[in-house]
Amino acid sequence: VTEIRNVEQELSRFHARLVAATAFVLLCFGLLGYRLVHLQIVKHDELSVQAENNRISVVPIVPNRGLIVDRNGVVLANNYSAYTLEIMPARVQDLESTISQLAEVIDIQTRDRKRFKRLMDESKNFESLPIRTKLTDEEVARFTAQRYRFPGVDVKARLFRNYPLGDVGSHLLGYIGRINQAEKEVIDELEDAANYRGTEYIGKLGIEQSYESDLHGTTGFEEVETSASGRAVRRLRSNPATPGNTVVLSIDIRLQALVETLFGDRRGALVAIDPRNGEVLAFVSKPTFDPNLFVDGIDSESWKELNESPDKPLLNRALRGTYPPGSTYKPFMAMAALNSNKRSPSVLINDTGSFTFGGHRYGSPENERGGIMDMRRAIVESSNVYFYTLANEMGVDLIHDQLSPFGFGRKTGIDVQGEVTGLLPSTEWKRRAYKKPEQKKWYAGETISLGIGQGYNSFTMLQMATAMATLSSAGKRYEPRLVRQIDDVLTGAQRKISAQALEPVELKPEQVDVIREAMNGVTIAGTSARVFAGAGYQSGGKTGTAQAVGLKQNEKYSAHRVDEHLRDHALYIAFAPLADPQIAVAVIVENAGWGAAAAAPIARRLFDFMLLGRVPSEEDIAATKSGTSAAPIGQPRNVQDLVLPGSGSAPSAAAAMIGAASAPATSLAAAPMAVSGGASLVSANAAAETPDNRALRR
Amino acid sequence: MRPAFEKPSLLQRMIPLFRGFDGPLLLAVLILAALGLTTMYSAGFDHGTRFVDHARNMLLAAGILFVVAQIPPQRLMALAVPLYALGVALLVATALIGITKKGATRWLDLGVVIQPSEILKIAMPLMLAWWFQRREGQVRALDFIVALLILAVPVGLIVQQPDLGTAILVLAAGLFVIFFAGLPWKLIAPVVAVAVIAIAVLVLSGDAICQPDVKWPMLRDYQKNRVCTLLDPTTDPLGKGFHIIQGMIAIGSGGITGKGFHIIQGMIAIGSGGVWGKGFMQGTQTHLEFIPERTTDFIFAAFSEEFGLLGVMALLIGFTVLILRGLWIAAAAPSVFSRLLAGALSLGFFTYAFVNMGMVSGILPVVGIPLPFVSYGGTAMVTLGVALGMLMSIARSRSLMRR
Repeated sequence: VTEIRNVEQELSRFHARLVAATAFVLLCFGLLGYRLVHLQIVKHDELSVQAENNRISVVPIVPNRGLIVDRNGVVLANNYSAYTLEIMPARVQDLESTISQLAEVIDIQTRDRKRFKRLMDESKNFESLPIRTKLTDEEVARFTAQRYRFPGVDVKARLFRNYPLGDVGSHLLGYIGRINQAEKEVIDELEDAANYRGTEYIGKLGIEQSYESDLHGTTGFEEVETSASGRAVRRLRSNPATPGNTVVLSIDIRLQALVETLFGDRRGALVAIDPRNGEVLAFVSKPTFDPNLFVDGIDSESWKELNESPDKPLLNRALRGTYPPGSTYKPFMAMAALNSNKRSPSVLINDTGSFTFGGHRYGSPENERGGIMDMRRAIVESSNVYFYTLANEMGVDLIHDQLSPFGFGRKTGIDVQGEVTGLLPSTEWKRRAYKKPEQKKWYAGETISLGIGQGYNSFTMLQMATAMATLSSAGKRYEPRLVRQIDDVLTGAQRKISAQALEPVELKPEQVDVIREAMNGVTIAGTSARVFAGAGYQSGGKTGTAQAVGLKQNEKYSAHRVDEHLRDHALYIAFAPLADPQIAVAVIVENAGWGAAAAAPIARRLFDFMLLGRVPSEEDIAATKSGTSAAPIGQPRNVQDLVLPGSGSAPSAAAAMIGAASAPATSLAAAPMAVSGGASLVSANAAAETPDNRALRR
Repeated sequence: MRPAFEKPSLLQRMIPLFRGFDGPLLLAVLILAALGLTTMYSAGFDHGTRFVDHARNMLLAAGILFVVAQIPPQRLMALAVPLYALGVALLVATALIGITKKGATRWLDLGVVIQPSEILKIAMPLMLAWWFQRREGQVRALDFIVALLILAVPVGLIVQQPDLGTAILVLAAGLFVIFFAGLPWKLIAPVVAVAVIAIAVLVLSGDAICQPDVKWPMLRDYQKNRVCTLLDPTTDPLGKGFHIIQGMIAIGSGGITGKGFHIIQGMIAIGSGGVWGKGFMQGTQTHLEFIPERTTDFIFAAFSEEFGLLGVMALLIGFTVLILRGLWIAAAAPSVFSRLLAGALSLGFFTYAFVNMGMVSGILPVVGIPLPFVSYGGTAMVTLGVALGMLMSIARSRSLMRR
C-alpha cells in the first residue's frame, strides 16, 4: 500500500518537476531572446559598422611614376609592368621549405634567395616581398597551376622602372630603389605620408631623388571587399591614382651620350651650361653604371663590382669630385686682378721660367717659352710666373673675395642632392679649419701657387662650368638647373622650371672682353690652337693640367714615369660662341696628362655638336677616346646619325594582359594602374618600349 | 470482403509501423530540419558538398529515428545496463590506449575510429532512468548517491580526456534524470546558489582571476582562458588588429586560441543581421569567412546574420515546441523509466540548443557543442536521431497502449 502511495507521490512530484523544468527552459530561452534582441536591435548599428569594416578594406593604388625625358623628348626613364612572384612571410610557416618547393616550380637562383633575405631584413613582416621578378608567361602559368600548394605566395603584376638608355647619364638620372627604414621615417613625418601608402620605391639619387614629389604622383584608393583571410573578392568603389608628372630635362641626351662616348674608358667629368639661363646641357661623370641594376634590388656581386672598382663608377665626379683647377684658373685670376684694379692688362711681367719667394722656387712646365708677358699673352701662353706674381700682389683674401662671387668654393644650388662645396682658401678658412696654432696661420708662400690653380684650391667641374658661364656672360649668375619643365600628363599643363637668377657679379664689360679675347687667343694661337683649328665659330678656352698629387719642392714631374693614378689631370674650360656665349663648359679627364691633348678635344666636339650639329666620324671618336686627337678628322656626320644605346632589358608584359590572365586579386591591383596612366604617358611608354618588345619576343 | 484467415498484405503489416508517432513533435522536428537545411545551404556554400552531406546525414538520422521508434520502452530499458557498461569500458580503454589529437585523448581505434563519450550521451540517461525504475516507489537518499556515482564515473573520465563540451552534456543528461527522479530541493538549492555565486564572482572579479599566473582548480588553462575570454573578449591575445586576419588559418582549424575572435565575429554577425536579416546567401560575415567554424559550432551566427531576429525567433520557437512537447510526452509516459528518459532527453535538447546559442551570442563560454539539426556533423546527427527515436518510442507506447 505504501509503495502505491509512494508511486503516486512520485508521479505528482514528477509533474511538479516538469513544470519547474518548463519554467527553467522558458526562462533561459527568454534570456537568450533578450540577448538576441539586444544584439540585433540595440547594437545593430554599431555591429553593422563593424561588419562593414570587416569586409571592406581600402587598398591604395600606386600611381605610375612619371617619365624623365631629355630636352628633345627622348625618354630616359619609363615604366613597364611585369609579373613578380611574391611571398608574404607572415603567412608562410616554413619559409625555407616553401622557397625550396617553389624552386621546383620556378627557377629561383641563389641570387634571388639572397636578395629576398635582404628584403626580409629591411621590411616589416607583413609586407609581400618579391622572390622572383620578371616572370615569363610560362612561369606564371606553371605557378598558377600549383598555387594551392603555396599559401601566402602569389603572382602579382608590378610596375618596374626602366632606364632604356642603360648607363647613359646614370649619374644625373639616379635611380629608384625600395624605401628603406630611414626614408620611411622621413616620409612618415611629412604631411603626404598617406600618399606613400602602397608605394614601395623611392628615388634614391639624382633627378629621381630630387624630383621625387613630381615623379611620384598621387596615390589613388579603392574599396575592396575582402574575405577574412585578406583575399580580395570584388571591387566596390575606386578613386584612380594620378600618375606622376613628366620631368623634362635641360640635358640633350644625344650630346650627353656623345661626350660619354668620347671619354672612352677614361675617368673624368664634364659639365656644360647655357650661360644665358643656367640650363645644364650635359652633365657627365665617367665611368657610369647601369641604373637598371638597382631597380629591383642590386645583387651583391654587381654591387661589389661597382663599389670596389678602383675607377669608382658610383662616384658622381661632376657633382662630388673636387680637383685643383690648374691653369684653367688663370682667366679667373686675371679677371679678379682687373676687377680689383690690382693689375691692368698692359702691365708687363718678365717670365724667366721661375719665381722665387721666401727662399722657395716656383717653376714652370718645361715646354713654356717665357718672355715678356702682358695679361693676354700670359693667358694665351699660360705663363706661370705672371700669375705667381699676381697672386703674391693680391694676397689670398683679395683673391677669395674676388672669386667667391663666381661660385668657387660654394655650392651652386643645382637641382640634385649631394653637391660638395669644394675649397676656395682664405685666411679665415684656414683659421677655422685647423686646430694647431701654427697650422691656423696663413703663410704668404701658400698664396703663390694659388695663382696657377694649385695649392688649397679644389673645385668641382660643376663649379668650374658655372664660373665659366658667369665670366663668359659678363657676370650673370644662375643656380644651374637640370630640369627645364614639368609636364602634367593628365591636364597637359606645362610648368617651366627656370634657373634661379642670382645677384650678378659686377664686372666691367670692357674688362670681361679682355679676358674673353685672351681666351679666344688660346684657341687661335695658344695651347688649344691645334684642337680648334678649322672650327667654324669663335670660342674661348683655357687648358689646364692639375697635379693629382702634390710634388715636393724642386721635384720634376714626368708623366710617363709615374703610376697612372698619380698622373696629372687634364682640364679644359671653354665657352662659345665668342660674341654671344651659349655654352660654357668645364671638362676634366683624370690622370690624362696635358689638358690640350685629352680634355680640349672633347670640348671642341661638344661645340661642334651644339653649334654646327656635327657628330664626329667613327675614326675621330676612336682617336679622341685614346687621347690622340686634335682637330676632328674624317667626314663629320649629322646629329640624326647618332645612335643612342638601348638597354634592351625591359620585358614585354603589358598591363592589359595581366588583368585578363591572373587571379582576381591581382587584376584588381593591376587594372587601375593601366587605367591611371594618361593618354600621353601611355603613348610615350609604348613608343619607347617598342624596340625592346621586339627584342624580347624573338 | 476478405476472409478473416487471409494473411495481412505487406501494406497492412507496414501500417502499424507508422502508427502512434507524435504529431506536434514531428512537426517541430520537420521545422527545425528545414531551417537547418536552409542554413547549411548558405553557410556551407563554399564548402562544396556540405549541404548534400548534411541532407544525407538528416536522412540517415530520420531512418534511425524511425527504427528506434519501433523499439518499445521495455526493450530500451533492457539495453540500458549493457550500453552503459560498454560505454564506460570504452572510456577506460580510451584513457589507456586512446588516440591523442591536439592534446586531447578522445578517440579509440577499433578498426574504425570512434569517440566513446558520444555513446554516454544516450547511455547515461538510459542507465539512470533504468536505475530509478528499479527503485520505483522506494527511492531513498542512498539511491541518489548511487545515481551520482553512476554519473560521476563516466563524466570524470570524459573531463580527463579533456572534453568539456561532451562532459557537460553527459553530466546534464544525468542530472536531469536525477532531478526528475525527485532529488530534494534542499539539495538542489545549495548547488544552484553556489553556481550563481561562482558566476557572480567571475563576472565581478574577472580581471584579477584571469591573470596568467592564477591557476584555477579542476580546469585546464585553455578552459580557464575560454571563461576569461568570455568575460572580456578583447583580452584575447589574438583578438586585436592585424593578427586576427593573419591568424585566421590557425583559428579556423579549431585551435584553442583566438576564441575572443570567434565570439566577437559571431556577435558582429548576429547584430549586423538586425531584425530582418541580410537575406538568404547575403551574409557578409558568413560568406567572407569571418565567422569561424561557420558550418559547425558557429552556424547560429550565420543563421542570425542572414535571417535576422525573425529567423532567430522562429528557431527559438521551434526548439521550444520540441522541448515542451518532449516534456509533455514525459508527463504522459506510462512508466518511471519512460518518464525520466523522456524528460531528460527533452532537457538534453534544451542543453544543446541553449549552450550553443548562448555561446555564439556571447553569454556563455565557448564550448564545442553543436546546434541540433543545424550544425554539420554526422555523429551528432546520429545521436540526435537516436534520442528523438527514443522519445518517439515513448510517445508511441502510450498512444498504442491506449488503443
